Amino acid sequence: MSGADFVGILPLAILAAAAVLVILVLSVYRSHLLTCILTLLGLVAAAASLPVAASVGPRGVTILLISDGYALFYTGIILAATFSVTVLSYVFLRSRPGRREELYLLLLLAALGAAVLVFSSHFASLFLGLELLSSSLFVLIAYPRGILNVEAGIKYLILASVSTAFLLFGMSLVYAQLGTMEFARIATAGRGAGGAILIAGLGLLAVGLAFKLALVPFHMWAPDIYQGAPAPVTAFVASVSKVGAFGVLLRFFRLAGVQGHGHLFLVFTLIAIASMFGGNLLALLQGNVRRLLAYSSISHLGYLLVAFLASGALAVTAVTFYLLAYTATIVAAFGVAVLVEGNGAAGAIADYRGLFWRRPWIALVMAGALFSLAGIPLTAGFIGKFYLIGAGAGSSLWLLVLALVISSGIGVYYYLRLIVIMYLRPQQTAPEAASTHWSGSLILGALFLAILWLGVYPAPWIDMIQRNALLK
Amino acid sequence: MILAGIIIWLVGAGLLAWLTSSRGDGWPRWITLIALIVQIAFLAGLWIGYAGRSDFTAPGRWLAELDLPWIPALGIRLHMAMDGISLLFVLLTDFLGVVAVAASWQGIRNRLGFFHFNLMWILAAIAGVFLALDLFLFYFFWELMLVPLYFIIGIWGHENRIYATLKFFIFTQASSLLMLAAILGLYFIHGRSTGVYTFDYSGLLGTPMTSVTEMLLMLGFFIAFAVKLPVIAVHTWLPDAHTEAPTAGSVILAGLVLKVGAYGMIRFLVPLFPRATASFSMIAMGLGVAGIIYAAVLAFSQTDLKRMIAYTSISHMGFVLLGIFAWNQLALEGAIVIILAHGISTGALFVIVGDIQGRAHTRDLDKMGGLWSIMPRMGGAGMLFALASLGLPGLGNFVGEFLVLLGAYQVNVPLTVLASLGFIVSTVYALWLVQKTFLGENSRGWKLPDYNLRESGIMAAMIAAIVALGIYPQPVLTTAKAAVEALRAYAPRYHAVLKDDAGSRESASPGKAGGGAQTVAAKAGSRDRIPAENRSTASGGS
Repeated sequence: MSGADFVGILPLAILAAAAVLVILVLSVYRSHLLTCILTLLGLVAAAASLPVAASVGPRGVTILLISDGYALFYTGIILAATFSVTVLSYVFLRSRPGRREELYLLLLLAALGAAVLVFSSHFASLFLGLELLSSSLFVLIAYPRGILNVEAGIKYLILASVSTAFLLFGMSLVYAQLGTMEFARIATAGRGAGGAILIAGLGLLAVGLAFKLALVPFHMWAPDIYQGAPAPVTAFVASVSKVGAFGVLLRFFRLAGVQGHGHLFLVFTLIAIASMFGGNLLALLQGNVRRLLAYSSISHLGYLLVAFLASGALAVTAVTFYLLAYTATIVAAFGVAVLVEGNGAAGAIADYRGLFWRRPWIALVMAGALFSLAGIPLTAGFIGKFYLIGAGAGSSLWLLVLALVISSGIGVYYYLRLIVIMYLRPQQTAPEAASTHWSGSLILGALFLAILWLGVYPAPWIDMIQRNALLK
Repeated sequence: MILAGIIIWLVGAGLLAWLTSSRGDGWPRWITLIALIVQIAFLAGLWIGYAGRSDFTAPGRWLAELDLPWIPALGIRLHMAMDGISLLFVLLTDFLGVVAVAASWQGIRNRLGFFHFNLMWILAAIAGVFLALDLFLFYFFWELMLVPLYFIIGIWGHENRIYATLKFFIFTQASSLLMLAAILGLYFIHGRSTGVYTFDYSGLLGTPMTSVTEMLLMLGFFIAFAVKLPVIAVHTWLPDAHTEAPTAGSVILAGLVLKVGAYGMIRFLVPLFPRATASFSMIAMGLGVAGIIYAAVLAFSQTDLKRMIAYTSISHMGFVLLGIFAWNQLALEGAIVIILAHGISTGALFVIVGDIQGRAHTRDLDKMGGLWSIMPRMGGAGMLFALASLGLPGLGNFVGEFLVLLGAYQVNVPLTVLASLGFIVSTVYALWLVQKTFLGENSRGWKLPDYNLRESGIMAAMIAAIVALGIYPQPVLTTAKAAVEALRAYAPRYHAVLKDDAGSRESASPGKAGGGAQTVAAKAGSRDRIPAENRSTASGGS
């Protein structure tokens, strides 16, 4: 490895160093605020190193990692989301007793895992990143160690292990058939090669990643985890882990050429349609905000698959832009949950009833996030959805476009219903005041502005994606 | 920048109304009212200024235009332009905005700031739809319109509002997403065949495509517009939404939201898809005529006043559909006049029903009667607008419907004859409405206060507008004339298909747009046109 190679993976190195630093500091001096600040500094330093890493150009760093614009852009999304989650965690933990500092360490490790995923160009690094992410997440979900948290954590642990088993089996089948674990060589060797074993291998790989992304029919865990995990961790699960997993899914299957494998294409089409309709229809039935958002995120991942299945540069831009918009939106929505939900049942609708009257600014952020999820103009979600439909139409995937159109029409209804609930008169017994801190409001304000910016003037972002983050 | 200013002004006033609502109930009301009146004065000044220009009646010129890059990566521009039609419609938007604010002065008592914010937001989005020339921008405003309307019905509506909003939302959302798919289809087809990826209206005109593709894309647009208009068969959301909406919501629905569908057909549907709309025109005109008669009959059988007026709206919109698909100068100008006149007259009827409901707490026709004796001012206004609705000469609606029938006669005689039956049925329901509500004995012993100064003022303004439109419609016709000619020049093939023999259709080239300028010339040979037309429809359908 040359010096330039090290520069190429500087963001990963800084993240890892920050994690080590936090461990060392924790063993000497325990302070909630200090740990949080160190974590934030680590994230900022990693983000600052992105342009430096970009300056050495796209290059493979050993056969395991590849440092290109795509990886760096996705890492940027991951870092920004983790930054917001860290601040929200601080607000969340301030009002809760107990050991709090390790959460930041785990957040750093999970972010590192997600970043390794988007950098990976080899099955080994894919597996490493995924395990780093999942094992940190399992502890994070169970973090406050309430009975519901532990239940959710164990559920996640078991299902994540099962999906990892699928993934490993898939990898081994692909390896058995092609004799390589590098993405690029799998792509060249796999082109034209048929055979049941290869198809089965790729299919199992897809199943493994679909578990992580909570696509129907591998979505059962999502609502329970979203409800059971502490709110900032839910924000993390819904954003960072999805960005990481989708980043590697897109990279791998774009190289492997999902269009070239008819069976695989069909499977993904069915998964996409099932996720879009399943997510939206089940969300209609939910009486709990967290579960509603969980089903909504299932459907959003289904929308993303439409552009994933489309071909051409437009599709990659669409996926990347949508992930950016979705991340800002879903972190904002769960950020509101951090600030709004009391110590009662997570996601109870009573916490949101009459929010416009009690805390109008927070309610405005929530409304903005819900509009964005619904794809209403002026918000990031509108441009994102337009892009996805555009990518689908550009590749003539009319069935998928039609499914997207109809299911998101259904989806708009429950988002608006939630907004109307926020606008109802509050009940007599006002819910107890939840955690507040200026930093949380600041992050929400920033996310709200980001949603508006992406929705009103997305040109600079699209430009940036097209210049840097296309897969060659 | 004038055009962006129109929208920013409305949005800004809405935001200000919301932010100041904590200071007192007067603030949001007066802010929105003054903002709208100032804008009307400004637009009227512009109108007079434009009318003085020598090229005012020259087709193909925009009165004002704004064209800025927005999302260059996708070929999306912030392109807005105003011609005579847009100017008239934006004026109507502001006028009905004033009516909606004034009519809610006493009816809406809670959450005033948010209410006025939503109201201004709808007006801004509708003005945006009337001004947008980039299809993406058009769709942007089109979608933006839905959400505040949902809130107005869902928060301030009547008993059964949840059902009504659900139905309204599913209909409009599903149909507008179909339009989005069609917009994108057009975008890619144009991009692939010319290499230029653009959403710009003038760029997309005349996109070459196969007739099947054109028909599919046209239907995508048509369904979205038809749901809004509404065309018979996709109209069922309208009576429910109207019934549950507060007065301001009904005024905006009937006066503006329906018009957006008509505007879309005039501006986008026919010019973008001239051949497909031409072969579809007989079906569309048939739907229009069916709507006129069917909805009028249904209106007669309603007992809920709001529902009844909602059905009369559907009936009147049938005339608009007939006029648009006849696509000649007379019919189009007639459709535009109907749009304006219906906005005023039906808006006024909804205000009156809202006032009755505010006083008597019922909309049930069977519980009324003899209201004239206790509320003569309201009775007089109600009588006048019912007469406007039945098409009494001297009032605005008559001019529009007459012009549409005149224009449609040149295209298809049987359908025109059937459509004119609508006049008879509308006479029945309008007189029935007046009879049941205002005339007769006050057998229930209603004791209700008559119109006060504010309410009389609203009615006076609306009566003045509908009478002016009926007695001297020439300024409106002159303003719309150039725009209509320009639109007809965009769709010369349409004209050719309807006018010429099927054989000469191939020779009709887009360059020969001159036919658009001949307004009444086509009147001469209407009789020998009928067989030619049947032939062309048959060949288009096969």
